[in-house]
Amino acid sequence: MNAEQILFILFGAVSLIGAISVISFRHPIYSALSLVITFFAQAGLFVLLGAHFVAAVQVIVYAGAIMVLFLFVIMLLNLGTLSAKGAIGPKLKGFAVILGILLAIEGIYIAVNSASDTAVAAAESATGTTTTYDIGKLLFNEYLLPFEVTSLILLAALIGVIVLVKRENQEGN
Amino acid sequence: MALEYYLVLSALLFTIGVIGVLVRRNAIIIFMCIELMLNAANLAFVAISRNLGETNGQVFVFFVMAVAAAEVAIGLAIIVSVFKHRQTINVDEINSLKG
Repeated sequence: MNAEQILFILFGAVSLIGAISVISFRHPIYSALSLVITFFAQAGLFVLLGAHFVAAVQVIVYAGAIMVLFLFVIMLLNLGTLSAKGAIGPKLKGFAVILGILLAIEGIYIAVNSASDTAVAAAESATGTTTTYDIGKLLFNEYLLPFEVTSLILLAALIGVIVLVKRENQEGN
Repeated sequence: MALEYYLVLSALLFTIGVIGVLVRRNAIIIFMCIELMLNAANLAFVAISRNLGETNGQVFVFFVMAVAAAEVAIGLAIIVSVFKHRQTINVDEINSLKG
């Protein structure tokens, strides 16, 4: 068992435990903090895969910006008292878990099958790490139009949030 | 590490996200579960991109992250305004659109 396998098991286990904690804690704050742990573990997995820049962006954007947004909203709404009521019944919950296990079996089946198809393609090329230079070159040549469309999506989100919150203020006054 | 392990881990994370959406009624936690699913997809993207020796998968991860950021901003704004109106974010009680 080499170092990479040990690290994969470590990060994988941490991300799975974090993900299960997200859906099992009652209080949303604990769920949000578990989600941060999951994001960090996934950043570790990205480093293992040689995608260092993606790992950095994962930490900055997901564990940083998005989770701060979540925590702000949770604290803004002061949801601790409301979250206890309104869980679904145990019968429905068991049904959902059974459906989830079925989905997991299907996903694992597809993953193993498709992986054995593509494993032949690049057994020896699967060692290199990707530099920021490679990603930037691809992003600003081949994917330039999607990149610009992404900025439009962010602009639309920005305007949408402002409109949502502003209308709320006018009705409040 | 072989590709299978990463894909299986990604499938498991995605499944946990799906179960969370089905089980929890708190809108914020449902959003977190959607983030989990997007992250599982990102993991599969990066793993396959490495296995193929290409960088394209990592570029798609950026697009997924941008869409996720936009989605979270809009979604949380909607949650905040719904909470102002209804004093709840339990998705079973928010049924104004039901005919």
